[in-house]
Amino acid sequence: MENFQIIDNCLMVKLPQEVDHHKSSYICERADSYILQEEVENVVFDFEETRFMDSSGVGIIMGRYKKIACFGGKVYAIHADPQIRRILCVSGLNKLIEVMD
Amino acid sequence: MTAEKQLQQNAGVVERMPWKNEMNMEFDAVSLNESFARVAVAAFVAHLNPTLDEVADIKTAVSEAVTNAIIHGYDNVYGYGKHGNSQPAYLIIHPGKVQLRCRLEKDVLQIEVEDCGKGIVDVEQAMEPLYTTKPEYDRSGMGFAFMEAFMDELEVHSRPGQGTLVRMVKKLGTYPLIEEGN
Repeated sequence: MENFQIIDNCLMVKLPQEVDHHKSSYICERADSYILQEEVENVVFDFEETRFMDSSGVGIIMGRYKKIACFGGKVYAIHADPQIRRILCVSGLNKLIEVMD
Repeated sequence: MTAEKQLQQNAGVVERMPWKNEMNMEFDAVSLNESFARVAVAAFVAHLNPTLDEVADIKTAVSEAVTNAIIHGYDNVYGYGKHGNSQPAYLIIHPGKVQLRCRLEKDVLQIEVEDCGKGIVDVEQAMEPLYTTKPEYDRSGMGFAFMEAFMDELEVHSRPGQGTLVRMVKKLGTYPLIEEGN
């Protein structure tokens, strides 16, 4: 299940098992409401439970990146498995965000 | 032709029909069917023992094509997905069907995803990476780029007002396994 948490000035988004169009608008909406209300500086996407992601997931990350990058914020991706890393590389997102273990 | 097949032909043995298998399905153009569609195709090729990478490639490509049909073909941007208070999902469902056809010939998988939605005016432009007509919905514009990256061949046929057909082909590296199994 997706889950949102604020730790210090960081929004932690735990992504669901499958990140596709079906889930994406809800995740975007929830993440944006946290970013606006809680003065979030950085966003961390946690892929620990995620086994599938398509371009809708790329849209989620790109959209949040645009919202916080202009204020100097950073986006991180953690616990991405090899399939997710491939998606991040093919889309070029790995050049915008920090992909970490 | 392998030496063994040559020998069989010389001996007058009629060659078997090439190994074929087909699957067609049709479903409503709503977002919850995206996971159904990609899992169905993955299950369809499961007996070929594809690698994890191959399954991931196919699932991603199917997901992209079906999502395109639902979002762009039929304008079901929200579908039945879970939303906050601002967008009650059930208010914005346009009726429409997506057809998914799969055909296996030996180790070559052909997938067709067709909709009768609004079609694409400029296919070439639509296929450009990062081009999207719906940036306000956080669409990345990477759908066709992913299909191209993860499949061997991609064809897109579309007529404005009539619908879109996406045909993708991928060769799976496991055919010797079936031949032994037969």
